[in-house]
Amino acid sequence: MIAFDGVTKKFPDGTVAVDSLSLEAPSGKITVLVGPSGCGKTTSLRMINRMIRPTSGTITLDGKDTGRMKESELRRGIGYVIQHAGLFPHRTVLDNVSTVPRLLGMDKTETRKRSMELLERVGLDPAFAKRYPAQLSGGQQQRVGVARALAADPPVMLMDEPFSAVDPVVREQLQDQFLRLQGDLGKTIIFVTHDIDEAIKLGDQVTVLKVGGHLAQMAAPAYLLAHPVDDFVADFVGRDRGYRALSFQATPRLPLAAERTIAMGESAEGVDADWVLVVDDQNHPLGWVEPLRARGAIRTEMLHRGGTVARASGPLRGALDSALSSPSRRGVIVDDSGSLVGTVKAHEVLTAIEQADRPELADPRKPGAPAA
Amino acid sequence: MTWFFDHLDDVLSRGLQHAYLAGVPLVIGLLIALPLGWLARRYKFLYAPFTAGFGLLYTIPSLALFVILPGFLGIPILDPVNVLVAMTIYTVALLVRTVADGLGAVPDHVQQAATAMGYTRVKRFFAIELPLAVPVISAGMRVAAVSNVSIVSVGTILGINQLGLFFSDGFNRDFYDPLFVGIAACIVLALLFDAVIIVLTRLFTPWLRATGGRA
Repeated sequence: MIAFDGVTKKFPDGTVAVDSLSLEAPSGKITVLVGPSGCGKTTSLRMINRMIRPTSGTITLDGKDTGRMKESELRRGIGYVIQHAGLFPHRTVLDNVSTVPRLLGMDKTETRKRSMELLERVGLDPAFAKRYPAQLSGGQQQRVGVARALAADPPVMLMDEPFSAVDPVVREQLQDQFLRLQGDLGKTIIFVTHDIDEAIKLGDQVTVLKVGGHLAQMAAPAYLLAHPVDDFVADFVGRDRGYRALSFQATPRLPLAAERTIAMGESAEGVDADWVLVVDDQNHPLGWVEPLRARGAIRTEMLHRGGTVARASGPLRGALDSALSSPSRRGVIVDDSGSLVGTVKAHEVLTAIEQADRPELADPRKPGAPAA
Repeated sequence: MTWFFDHLDDVLSRGLQHAYLAGVPLVIGLLIALPLGWLARRYKFLYAPFTAGFGLLYTIPSLALFVILPGFLGIPILDPVNVLVAMTIYTVALLVRTVADGLGAVPDHVQQAATAMGYTRVKRFFAIELPLAVPVISAGMRVAAVSNVSIVSVGTILGINQLGLFFSDGFNRDFYDPLFVGIAACIVLALLFDAVIIVLTRLFTPWLRATGGRA
């Protein structure tokens, strides 16, 4: 556990970046620090590994005061990932990943082997090992950055906007992979971001900071969306928080309708429906076509792909979005293997939402209460 | 040309001496400029006085330096150490700013990452900052090398053995063959120094070749 106890940082020019901050980041969980620029989130993060020294207050790591530890040793036990990855341009990918184990004097062949494993684990082809950072895309560099932070298997990881400099598609891939990795590794992670959506997606616990380094609210994401403590937090978590909170609600059994489907390559002519769903040979939905307009055998370019597909076991947000985005107004629901199980209409999802329990509302005095 | 072949031994021995007087200070000067440049970068208030102050040393006329130094050092004016020290001063004058700027060109996020990985200040300098500053320092070394080759020939006036003696030979006898040979030898020497620095730089910067200069 990482604990801040009355931590203040005042810079020589008099600005107070962090103002008597007290918080606890539980072991094995992701604690996100989120807030607008100037809220002191990065300063707070860097005080943990003493890249910045607190003016007053203490930060403890599993009960040990970090101010009493040797800085270089403290840092070697803490993984660190930053926005532009901060890879060493003059070292190969493999050498970058091996940095901390080598600093710790670990065996060279053993380190090499482990670094190669880590590269695969973060989704990089081992062929990248011999390349230099400048030969990689931004997303690939960031993966190397994560592998480098994990190389010495530190119990704690600090991540400073690690995914914000890549495009949205890559960002989502990196976030998903990061969550899978964390599911396996269970590190104690402090994650800084200015993006509330990222905070809510990744955090087990979200800490909202105000300009001047004041703690505004600390709670589990679902609780935060349901109970913003003041106008600042309400404003910061955004207008569509009601919709986003559905990300934390499991989909109950929905009244699914069987959907008429045709296979790719078949003709839709004569089908008596406004829209018909096209599936592949494994019954995976591919897209919608309008029988009245689709002449001849169905080809890929004739598919309407605007509709999203939701998993029956996923959150309600997916089911609702699937119904709202579908050109036929019928949301496509699949099982875990991606095979079609049926379709659902928006009003049916809404009925399910109205009937669902909202455990995050149960006890408003208990911040951090886990969501469904 | 016949003059050149007749005096090949002279050209070679003076050339070697010239290379020694210009080259050794290049190495010593770099070793002195590295910590000075690092200090200028480490402590912001030192940057301006260090870069400007050491840079000014370059404006001391070489002849004056050759004459003054023996007094300070307690050595005879013809002692090659006199020239070595003077050339070292010029090298430091050119390299302090180069080293400071080269170290400063290491991207901020790379520096931060190195610190966060747990590099001590000294290790970080040798493992991260210095290797990344090599291209900039190398450019400064090439300037200093050419400058040293050129300034060493001023030692002619003191009668110090080096290629410049061909200039006085030619001038005094109104016979231009040695003059041209001396100039050509100086140019060849400067080019050799340049080539050595380029080769060393390539050896120390494999990543620049792999990435076509991006880094």
